[in-house]
Amino acid sequence: MSTATAPASAPAARKPATMAQALRQALHDALADDASVHVLGEDVGTLGGVFRITDGLTKEFGPDRVTDTPLAEAGILGTAVGMAMYGLRPVVEMQFDAFAYPAIEQLISHVARMRNRTRGAMPLPITIRIPYGGGIGGVEHHSDSSEAYYLHTPGLHVVTPATVADAYGLLRASIASDDPVVFLEPKRLYWSKADWSADAPQGVPPLGRAVVRRAGRSATLITYGPSLPVCLEAAEAGRQEGWDLEVVDLRSLVPFDDETVCDSVRRTGRAVVVHESSGFGGAGAEIAARITERCFHHLAAPVLRVAGFDIPYPPPMLERYHLPGVDRVLDAVARLQWEAN
Amino acid sequence: MAHLSPPSPAAAGPAKRSARPAKTPPEATGPGHTPPPGWHPRIDPAPLLPEPEPYRLLGTPAARDVDPALLRRLYEELVRGRRYNRQATALTQQGRLAVYPSSTGQEACQVAAALALRPQDWLFPSYRDTLAVVARGVDPVQALTLLRGDWHTGYDPRARHVAPLCTPLATQLPHAVGLAHAARLAGDDTVALALVGDGGTSEGDFHEALNFAAVWHAPVVFLIQNNGFAISVPLEKQTAAPSLAHKAVGYGMPGRLVDGNDAPAVHQVLSEAIERARTGGGPTLVEAVTYRIDAHTNADDATRYRDAVQVDQWRAHDPIDLLERELRDRDLIDDAELKAVAESAEALAARLREEMNADPVLDPMELFDHVYAEQTAQLREQAAQLRAELDAEEDR
Repeated sequence: MSTATAPASAPAARKPATMAQALRQALHDALADDASVHVLGEDVGTLGGVFRITDGLTKEFGPDRVTDTPLAEAGILGTAVGMAMYGLRPVVEMQFDAFAYPAIEQLISHVARMRNRTRGAMPLPITIRIPYGGGIGGVEHHSDSSEAYYLHTPGLHVVTPATVADAYGLLRASIASDDPVVFLEPKRLYWSKADWSADAPQGVPPLGRAVVRRAGRSATLITYGPSLPVCLEAAEAGRQEGWDLEVVDLRSLVPFDDETVCDSVRRTGRAVVVHESSGFGGAGAEIAARITERCFHHLAAPVLRVAGFDIPYPPPMLERYHLPGVDRVLDAVARLQWEAN
Repeated sequence: MAHLSPPSPAAAGPAKRSARPAKTPPEATGPGHTPPPGWHPRIDPAPLLPEPEPYRLLGTPAARDVDPALLRRLYEELVRGRRYNRQATALTQQGRLAVYPSSTGQEACQVAAALALRPQDWLFPSYRDTLAVVARGVDPVQALTLLRGDWHTGYDPRARHVAPLCTPLATQLPHAVGLAHAARLAGDDTVALALVGDGGTSEGDFHEALNFAAVWHAPVVFLIQNNGFAISVPLEKQTAAPSLAHKAVGYGMPGRLVDGNDAPAVHQVLSEAIERARTGGGPTLVEAVTYRIDAHTNADDATRYRDAVQVDQWRAHDPIDLLERELRDRDLIDDAELKAVAESAEALAARLREEMNADPVLDPMELFDHVYAEQTAQLREQAAQLRAELDAEEDR
């Protein structure tokens, strides 16, 4: 992984980079730009993290800035609260989605509420990085999609990148935010590649803004994180069926970008929400409700959801039956009452 | 009873020998019959052990070494604290406070904790520690804001370096560790003092906080006020440890055991621990043995789970009486000063009554103001909805 910084005068060389590299670069640049940024978590130091997102950072910034902590997630987040109270900007890593659960009390009872409880006197600018989702052949507790737990908690931002460039930009924006951000990293996209330059990593997008990844006129696929490539592939495949599908990448689940989503749905008149976490009580339920409330008279069909089943995340040998794929997405598109037109 | 001099931080009490026979390693009998590779003794646990019985000063010759001005200051704060507790409890009965967890009987811990700190230090209180918060200088009325039923802490934590009164048990302890750690990284001589109860020591956050503190060598002091009960559950159902102070040893920090009703003793033990932390000695766990004279809160009935005889025994070991006896026996306070202290306490109670009896002005629209740094579009919509409802209410 390249960590070298090119001379300022050199033109930015865009070459294939992985999402993992972009995330690492974001942490590197945040540490370099702001002395109050501290990275802490399990194995983030010498090892560079189990996914190598913090590779080499402790060597460059020292163990006081990039710290291997004891193995205790509530302690990691709880001490990060105290560090933030003293003026630091901690970035904590939870090693896997399901291993973040011990920190839930600190997250809900303190991280999300301290600004409010102190009438704005004590904001907590903490970024909580969590690798999430399946599709990597992980054994039990290594593939959960836990976003619904977080987005139901007022006071948190919930952000998830789906592209290499966004991985960098959204992580920088999250660390710069004066609010706590749950930053969900789709681990099956860690090794996805795109032409991207670490030397000119592009702008930092605002949190809370969705983006149209593919313009289309027949229906809108609304998705985020690990399901974006699935939706883009489905949109390509859908051309053969005569569908011109628009794809919206939410990027932030909280704050939610009603404007971009509704603009799209009002144009297309049909919407499918796609995510791999369980459907019941999931993000898709909220999104479908919001679209229905705001765009009812523009809809030619009910808003549909394509989601993981309401089962504990299945084992590696069966997970492909659980994860929404292109066929399941297109089956949903087919059910959007086209005959009514 | 022979009194033990306070142990130096490096030798916190004499090492107690286990009743078990000493285990000596057997002679190696062949290749590989050695301790596991890389194993070595890490630290000597003996200096970390707490006192064999709670450290006391009052009524002992060592009390003469305490600055009389400190004794008088502690006394005044104890008396004011008790009056504050009584007044706050009365205000719950009048519907002026939603709830009040009284610390009557524990005033020595409360006051000593506040007075042992310097301005740059931080206090991390639990919900029963209003007295410590007030003794540290937070406005006595503002300190009751949450308990009154309002939505916010009522005071700026940064003004007096007092974290919000924390309700979820022991969750404030890792905050204290993190703040102390950050201060140490910054090269500041700030110490954090975190308060917790006996029940709180069973929580996972207690364990994680102490472990992080010791590993990071953070300048933090943990004060357990062991008041005998976690609401109704007595200590013997809470722990099988020899004492709560002994838990320190497992983390590699010293444990100290002190009579929690002996205000100068608590003050001294905390001051030593704080100084140790300030000078790079790392964390200390202090257990103060005390008693909650009142019920858990005004909503609790303590007669359901404890004996009046026990309460009477503790009333005979009252923190105010113990200190007053010392002051009187040694002519360190006269009647005029005692009267002045009582008047100061009454004035505090009168101010509480007056300000708490005024109806507070709450603006429900403020509920949307500090959820995020910037209001989200969704919160703006919801605030507009509530605004419209409020306007409609006014029109009726």
